[in-house]
Amino acid sequence: MKKILLAAAWAAFAVTLLAGCQSTPDAEKPADVEDRTPGDKPPTTTVKPIPPSGPTGTAITDPSKDPRLKDPANILSKRSIYFDFDSDAIKAEFVPLVEAHAAFLRQYKTAKMLIQGNADDRGSREYNLGLGQRRADAVKKRLVLLGATESQIESVSLGEEKPVCTQQTEECWARNRRADILYGGEF
Amino acid sequence: MNRTLRAVLAAALLAASHAQAQLAIEITGGGGNQIPIAIAQFAGEPQLQPGISDVVEADLARSGRFKTLYAPSQNPALNDASNVDLAAWRSRNADALVVGGIYPAAGGRYEVRFRLYDVPKQVSLGGLSYTISREQARATAHRIADFIYEKLTGDKGVFSTRIAYVEKRGAQYRLMVADADGENAQAMLTSNEPIMSPAWSPDGSRLAYVSFQQKKPIIYVQRLSDTRQPTPAVNFRGSNSAPAWSPDGRSLAVALSRDGGTQLFLVGADGSGARRLTSSGGIDTEPVFSPDGQSIYFTSDRGGSPQIYRVSAGGGDVQRITFSGDYNVSPRVSPDGKTLAYVSRSGGRFQVAAMDLGTRQTQVLTDGSRDESPSFAPNGKMILYATDAGGRGVLAATSSDGRVKQRLSMPAADVREPAWGPYSPN
Repeated sequence: MKKILLAAAWAAFAVTLLAGCQSTPDAEKPADVEDRTPGDKPPTTTVKPIPPSGPTGTAITDPSKDPRLKDPANILSKRSIYFDFDSDAIKAEFVPLVEAHAAFLRQYKTAKMLIQGNADDRGSREYNLGLGQRRADAVKKRLVLLGATESQIESVSLGEEKPVCTQQTEECWARNRRADILYGGEF
Repeated sequence: MNRTLRAVLAAALLAASHAQAQLAIEITGGGGNQIPIAIAQFAGEPQLQPGISDVVEADLARSGRFKTLYAPSQNPALNDASNVDLAAWRSRNADALVVGGIYPAAGGRYEVRFRLYDVPKQVSLGGLSYTISREQARATAHRIADFIYEKLTGDKGVFSTRIAYVEKRGAQYRLMVADADGENAQAMLTSNEPIMSPAWSPDGSRLAYVSFQQKKPIIYVQRLSDTRQPTPAVNFRGSNSAPAWSPDGRSLAVALSRDGGTQLFLVGADGSGARRLTSSGGIDTEPVFSPDGQSIYFTSDRGGSPQIYRVSAGGGDVQRITFSGDYNVSPRVSPDGKTLAYVSRSGGRFQVAAMDLGTRQTQVLTDGSRDESPSFAPNGKMILYATDAGGRGVLAATSSDGRVKQRLSMPAADVREPAWGPYSPN
């Protein structure tokens, strides 16, 4: 446990640096991830990320309250990633979306994400559950590569069970080959 | 949360207690070598509903192995003790004849007796007597049909078994359990989220299934007698699906994504002690045990396209089973372990196929374009599957040689994911 906390502290520090020094050292308030054991405490545990400000100027600490998630003009309100037939490759047009959500997860270490993968309805329901899982896993993997913490994200599949479109056409199938991003409080 | 779920469950039971539209059966194919059989109306038959000889006749006709002949009523009505003129029945081309009677018994009960004759040999093949309550008429008729079927075909009858399936009606999903003829359908579970992959425990007392109630697939195990909201049996991080019972009923083979990807694991029936069975970079899913419990057949796309593979129940080396075509999924092993039924895609059509595991010869059994989820009857003679009729899911059955087909349809509902239950304990 201690090791995990230390690692998390280091990761938080590293991410803070990467994020362009949005944080300022604050010796009085301990960081969220502080290891309270004397002697084990590395100097970096005094680094505390400062939450970003919303439009009203009030500090936001609850990620689900961040208005960007629901602002249609903000890319963070875009939650669906579409895939080609039998593919889990993230197409170039969805890379900015994934990058924006990765930055959000880096910013809010307490944010939890559920990624639900989906498949079109042709063939075996269980195999399609596997295809949806593969898509959800692909998005999760990319988010982690971009600095999100693995434990923040659960990737699951809905297979062909929750279609947004039920016609037997290629256009409709394409809309069902999808991964959806949900944040804690939304599921 | 729990209270809401309990209320939903209570509502489901209430709905089930009001008789819903039953599955109607329609035989869509014919077969050769059918045994011509005459079933005379039982003496005293109107005392019980439904009519026992009617149910027996419908059961035998549905199996595809009998041709039921018109049996003119006689005065006095034939019963199990009548001195039957078998030569006359021979002239009507009957190979077999069933006669019986229903007699009032003590305590408001009834005695049902019947006798089966081999007409050409002019001998009795035996009969049975049952003392039953009024409510047991239908179940008794199924027992009589089982007796006749076994005496004349040599195979055990499945008329007293049950089936499970998932029904979607509007936005509501129901896990249904019905008699093998579609009668007595009852909802075991009602949910606003999808339900899939029901699997009967070998003793028929429990169903494992996948529910999306908690926004992700979780495996539940529910006793048929249990009306409480079940608790998750297999609920690891990620997706939990495709439950398959070991023949001893102690463990489940399942597909889990907890370690990334979709891979096979063996867990206790309560979800304890997960042990990984396969390790591939692909999707490994749809496990099913061979009847001896030694092997597990499953679907995997480790080779690029989904195909059926086999692994020892203890894990280890994997052997590929299907080679023709680029989409072979949903394996099911026949109760004698000799035949593998599965779904094969050919020319964009999904159909149920069967492979002789000895010779590896394959045969396509069904003629739909969206046929899914094959499930063997416990005697191996029929395969129940899901198909599509006018954009709506219906259940169908085929004889395991593909010659006789029948369709079970329920109006106004989308029916899928059939699972044929085991023999019921006597």
